[in-house]
Amino acid sequence: MELYELSAHELSEKMEKKEISSEEIVRSIYNRINQVEKKLHSFVTLTEKEALLQARNIDEKMRKGEFPGRVAGIPVAIKDNMCIKNVRTTCSSHILGNFISPYEATVVKRLRDEGAVFIGKTNMDEFAMGSSTENSYFGVTRNPWDMDYIPGGSSGGSATAVASDETILAIGSDTGGSIRQPAACCGVVGLKPTYGRVSRYGLVAFASSLDQIGPFGKDVEDAALLMNVLSGYDENDSTSVNLDVPDFTKSLIENVKGIKIGVPKEYFVKGLDGEVERAVKQAIELLKNLGAKIFEISLPHTEYGVAVYYLIAPSEASANLARYDGVRYGYRSPETEDLLEEYEKTRGEGFGAEVKRRIMLGTYALSSGYYDAYYLKAQKVRTLIKKDFDEAFEKVDAIVTPTAPTPAFKIGEKVDDPLQMYLSDIFTISANLAGIPGISQPCGFSKKGLPIGLQLLAKPFDEEVLLRIAYTYEKNTEWHKRKPKL
Amino acid sequence: MVEYETIIGLEVHVHLKTESKLFCGCSTEFGAAPNTHACPVCTGMPGILPVVNKKAVEYTIKSALALNCKVASRSIFARKNYFYPDLPKNYQISQYDEPLAQNGYLEIGTDSGRRRVGITRIHLEEDAGKLLHCIGSREIDGSLVDFNRCGVPLLEIVSSPDITSPEEAYTYLTTLKNIIRYLEVSDCDMEKGSLRCDANVSVRLVGKKELGVKAEVKNMNSFRAIQKALEYEVKRQIKALESEERIIQETRLWDEKKERTYPMRSKEEAHDYRYFPEPDLVPLIVEKEWIENIRKTISELPDERRERFIREYKLSEYNAGVLTAEKALANYFEKVVKLYNNPKVVTNWVMVELLGRLNAVNKEVEESPISPGQLAELLKLMEKGTISGKIAKTVFEEMFNSGKNPQVIVEEKKLVQITDEKEIGKIVEEVLKENPDAVEEYGKGKQKAIGHLVGQVMRKTQGKANPQLVNKILKEKLLKK
Ligand SMILES: [Zn+2]
Repeated sequence: MELYELSAHELSEKMEKKEISSEEIVRSIYNRINQVEKKLHSFVTLTEKEALLQARNIDEKMRKGEFPGRVAGIPVAIKDNMCIKNVRTTCSSHILGNFISPYEATVVKRLRDEGAVFIGKTNMDEFAMGSSTENSYFGVTRNPWDMDYIPGGSSGGSATAVASDETILAIGSDTGGSIRQPAACCGVVGLKPTYGRVSRYGLVAFASSLDQIGPFGKDVEDAALLMNVLSGYDENDSTSVNLDVPDFTKSLIENVKGIKIGVPKEYFVKGLDGEVERAVKQAIELLKNLGAKIFEISLPHTEYGVAVYYLIAPSEASANLARYDGVRYGYRSPETEDLLEEYEKTRGEGFGAEVKRRIMLGTYALSSGYYDAYYLKAQKVRTLIKKDFDEAFEKVDAIVTPTAPTPAFKIGEKVDDPLQMYLSDIFTISANLAGIPGISQPCGFSKKGLPIGLQLLAKPFDEEVLLRIAYTYEKNTEWHKRKPKL
Repeated sequence: MVEYETIIGLEVHVHLKTESKLFCGCSTEFGAAPNTHACPVCTGMPGILPVVNKKAVEYTIKSALALNCKVASRSIFARKNYFYPDLPKNYQISQYDEPLAQNGYLEIGTDSGRRRVGITRIHLEEDAGKLLHCIGSREIDGSLVDFNRCGVPLLEIVSSPDITSPEEAYTYLTTLKNIIRYLEVSDCDMEKGSLRCDANVSVRLVGKKELGVKAEVKNMNSFRAIQKALEYEVKRQIKALESEERIIQETRLWDEKKERTYPMRSKEEAHDYRYFPEPDLVPLIVEKEWIENIRKTISELPDERRERFIREYKLSEYNAGVLTAEKALANYFEKVVKLYNNPKVVTNWVMVELLGRLNAVNKEVEESPISPGQLAELLKLMEKGTISGKIAKTVFEEMFNSGKNPQVIVEEKKLVQITDEKEIGKIVEEVLKENPDAVEEYGKGKQKAIGHLVGQVMRKTQGKANPQLVNKILKEKLLKK
């Protein structure tokens, strides 16, 4: 057994018993990276030197008997849209290819304070726009279960790195499913917290009202552990909510007796892959057998989710991405005649096709004469979607659905068909629109051997019930123990 | 003769005097070296988020209350999108359809009495940076940008189109500035850019209902310039109407040297700002209690104070107006009066001597080398007869230059008035001896000759002799001759 194969809680235990050091863990991780990274391409930037320094520092603290933090010495990979001070943050975009952040994201600071060791920055769809990690200026990331398949996206690098043991933990961001969908594609656990639970300060914004940072882990316990570190109010983020953070590891209770779980009928319709449907229904059956009460529920506005999302997210993005103009940092097109040409060329050359498509969509939706019909209307429907969930959560404690309508698809299969690509997030988008938490965990494999994800949703700030159900399910299944052959 | 009426609306921006910027902790200090007050937030780094400065909200509410506005219990920030290198995020965080305050008014004094000008809205927004095209006097290739000003809180105050003449616009601005300065939320210094104003102006035939086509006039750097620009614009528009030219809605820039406005290139306007609610900030909720607490911090405003000065100190409307325009000046005046209770004399000395001297050296009341206590001291010396009114002016000049106490100056320069009759008598004797011609003329009935003799006595005493006594003694001695 190699150290890189273990989970964070297993490694922490061994460290506490002084059986191993953080430096050994980190060396093990880099050995693994050296073995598989060429094939997978999970990372944009690796920070081995700094990681070893951090690890030795933690080991030193432990020798002195100081408390080194809740994730002390554990390797964590950071999606490349979160700022680590003095490390480049590219968002997998040409336009930020040379951007070295002068400051640190709140989540990174929290992880650092708790002793995490940063392995590197993971690949993603450019500016988190995509569901396959194919939209990266630095090249695609491959699914460790089958190299011809996508790892999901946009946090495909983080999901792949965890699934392939290139890191122990990872963090990603989820705007419309960007944590949960790659977690499903790669067979790992991914959690999108409630909007406002985790500070967005230092997360390069895609769509501010939807973005949320969350953990990836090899199992539910690791996700809970990371949630403890990431969560909490931050005075630098006005949209973070000032609420006490529970100890999420206390939610790891193997018991779902009496918990009411809703199955939304709108999620089991045409377009849902047969293998996915079977796996999810089996999971529901298992939860029922474990004592959960299963109810059919309705979320009537589900069908508008994708349309609403593709108005609101691009609208916010069109403003959020306006700052990349080559004036202060990042890529600047050489030899331009005047200001307008500099803007046009810098942005024309610096952004990829999908990013440009969304900036144009958003600019259009906000334009005078169209604002009411598009942006404003979308906001109104967003309220209705949120109301659907509010009403559902009056009857049930959690909702169970497939994470994605299909297992991972082939690389290149949908790149020329944005609409088909957008439908990959059909089951995850509503949670972002409603601001509610969601988790994805493995619940089976397709005949081709690709993982299938089970999604659980809960009311705002009730990540605890998600962790409890997911933990119980995990304790009664073996899916999470499977490893891809690399 | 066809008559036209003028319709003006003003949009005023003032920098709030908060310690830090609107959305980050950087200092708002004016005049620092370029880019020394800048951070990831105000330079629009990837991933940064704004956090509203509570003090700026407080100052906005304070201004809104003083301008009789209704403060919204819930308002929202919005992004105003446009590209320019001085705007790091390429959007400005401003307020749009739900501003912090609306529906107020400002009372101004006009030739036809006091009148209310409506305040449509007041909102809070961030300022942009500044482009530099040269370093000192050295021209540079390309442009540089200084972000020190970027993110400084700006209050936007939009008036209704209620202003009927360029002169009234001037009065509105002066009144507004005085109020804002009283509140101590802004310096309103146009030279330092802490107050800027754009004007919308149109003309129409008297009696016509619909508004004329308006022009927006920008680029004025003083209240007088605004008045002049508006005067020019009114004339231009009337001329155009009379020659049946079509007036187009446009932005025009004021050229201070040529004293005319000219149209801005149309490419530079025609913006679609694509406003939408700022998703990085939650709605701004203002509790009633907070508003009431802020209301309590608003002390007397210029209008009330002027009325009180007229009532309490029996000042003329004009004098009271001058003395209360600036809070510092009014405070100065009242401090002097408290120590020397003769408002009429104090008014005279403050308005003529003090303001005259301060204006001459281009200083503010706050910088006066003579403190209210020192001025009161001087006036007391004069009242007691220690010095004459004439000497007092000399002492005042010396006080202004040296900052010394009047008592000290009087002693050092031996300026104490001579009131000893014997001493004056001695000097009178001398003068009479030295001026037999004048004495003779007086004897022949030439009353005027006495003036010459008085002058001689004063000269001998360097003006220190009490003039009344000199007169009395001279007359007595001459009678005896
Ligand atoms: Zn700053």
